[in-house]
Amino acid sequence: MISRISSFWASDIGWSFRGSPVAILSAIMVVVLLMAALFAPWITPQNPFDPSELNLANGFSPPLQENPFTNDFFVFGADNQGRDVFSTILYGLRISLMVGVLAVAFGLVLGVSLGLIAGYVGGRVDSIIMRTADIQLTFPAILIAMLIFGIAKGVAPIEYRDQVAIWVLIVAIGLSDWVPFARVVRGAAMVQKNKDFVLAAKLAGQGPMTIMFRHILPNAMSPILVIATISLALAIIAEATLSFLGVGAPPTKPSLGTLIRVGQEFALSGEWWILFFPALTLLMLALSVNSLGDWLRDALNPSLKS
Amino acid sequence: MRTPSEFTVPKDRRASDSLVSVLGLSRTFDVSPPFLNRLIERLPKRTLKAVTDVSFNVERGTVFALVGESGSGKTTIGRMVVGLMEPSAGNVLIDGERSGPDSRRGGVQMVFQDPYASLNPRWRVRDIIAEPVVAQGGKATGIAEQLLEKVGLSADDAKLFPHQFSGGQRQRIGIARALASNPKLIVCDEPTSALDVSVQAQVLNLMSDLKDEFGLTYIFISHDLTVVRHMADRIGVLYLGRLVEEAPVEELFTDAKHPYTRMLLEAAPRMDAFGREASIPIGEIPDPISPPPGCAFHPRCPLATEVCRRSVPAMQPVNKGRVACHHAL
Repeated sequence: MISRISSFWASDIGWSFRGSPVAILSAIMVVVLLMAALFAPWITPQNPFDPSELNLANGFSPPLQENPFTNDFFVFGADNQGRDVFSTILYGLRISLMVGVLAVAFGLVLGVSLGLIAGYVGGRVDSIIMRTADIQLTFPAILIAMLIFGIAKGVAPIEYRDQVAIWVLIVAIGLSDWVPFARVVRGAAMVQKNKDFVLAAKLAGQGPMTIMFRHILPNAMSPILVIATISLALAIIAEATLSFLGVGAPPTKPSLGTLIRVGQEFALSGEWWILFFPALTLLMLALSVNSLGDWLRDALNPSLKS
Repeated sequence: MRTPSEFTVPKDRRASDSLVSVLGLSRTFDVSPPFLNRLIERLPKRTLKAVTDVSFNVERGTVFALVGESGSGKTTIGRMVVGLMEPSAGNVLIDGERSGPDSRRGGVQMVFQDPYASLNPRWRVRDIIAEPVVAQGGKATGIAEQLLEKVGLSADDAKLFPHQFSGGQRQRIGIARALASNPKLIVCDEPTSALDVSVQAQVLNLMSDLKDEFGLTYIFISHDLTVVRHMADRIGVLYLGRLVEEAPVEELFTDAKHPYTRMLLEAAPRMDAFGREASIPIGEIPDPISPPPGCAFHPRCPLATEVCRRSVPAMQPVNKGRVACHHAL
């Protein structure tokens, strides 16, 4: 592990990383938020979704002030139910990150597989897959996600709705962002499949699966990595948007978007902290993941190297 | 060393001794404009004849060279012989069996032109060399190390990646991979044209040595007559997808029958003729989509007459070789 880090530090990418303060700052931010989400139960002062830990008298406690009734103290204040906003943010971050990462993973597996098949097989298969992608791109991703979400919600029995909501969210966002993966991988596959090493593999008797996944895919990894990072930022925002619109994560398992929706009800009545802190966290998460993706794209693109 | 005369087997024995028989091989490519353009602009379908009616035999343990300019169909023939490409017409028989995607896994291998493109940059040398064995479900422990030493590299190189080697070393790795499945035939597609001249000689010598050691047969594709003279037992000269002359190497170099072969030989640099007036070939290879009628070489040929413009010359036996020319010299 240590030798891996030091070899990364010494490589071209590591050099580019050291020279980019934005990348360093974003990476630190992402790691801090990731750790906070992972270790939320140990960091937070209360479990905001365990009613026995809540006290309604704490409702609307402002940040950094002692509550005059209970003498409790909240860094980011408390919401209308007396929940610690700091705790709800960390628990919300868990949901947001989980949905984002799994949605990107789903989109990546789908997009990479379809792109590889389209690029390698070519012909009619290629036309069908890529025209489907083109048609899907003409609809906004949020619309597609809402459509899938709406259908799934109508199909699922009422008592399971909250449980399946998160998984439907993941599939909906994943299905709406497979296209960039498919396009990039298809392009790479069309370039790589005519390289002599692919001919040599055919001559050796390798099947199409081995050629696609062991010869072509490893040579298309860097653009996939870049798109995955940028897609992660987009998926987190898409999830927040859906949850804000009320079609995403249920109030029993709130994500950052749900928290923002709940918070905006109180924004105009003076309890700004219920909205402000979740929104700030979402901003920092999306911004740092996105700038990390931007840096990665430049670092891995040899044509931009001077 | 065998003398050239040992390779000139009488014609009736040739069939039984030959490892590779190429019979009437043709390949056309569809270069038509896209369907919608054809429909709306009324454009016709267009085909490119890359290879037309090529036949030759390669005897076991010999080197058969295919020479020709760019676009003469050398590489296409090579791909069809190993079975990477389906012929439009004709057959390739290897040891009496039809060459195709499944018939001869491992028995036929290829050494590629560009050593920078023929090795997967993400694979270790060990996995690259062992691939033909592993793909057939064989045990590959130690094969890479053994073959690396055979081709003049060190066994420790097996754990490295291709980018850690020079062009000549990479070509040696490519040769080691071709040897791994213990093939009968190796098709070498311009294996030295991407290398420095000093390295070319080393690689050619290595290939000669390996041929004797493993009892291999080579089909050697090249545009370089000096390289071919060093390696080959018989030479086939291609022009615009057709075989125009085929003869043992000494006969071709001393007494070429086809005017195109003569043109190529006169253009080739020679060590014994400094200061000589080199005759530069005239003209260029024509467009294979609309080849000239009759003999394809007639627009460039100094001997061309009316008959050359009208009819395609047939292959005729001359001495120990064959030639397709109305006015064979």
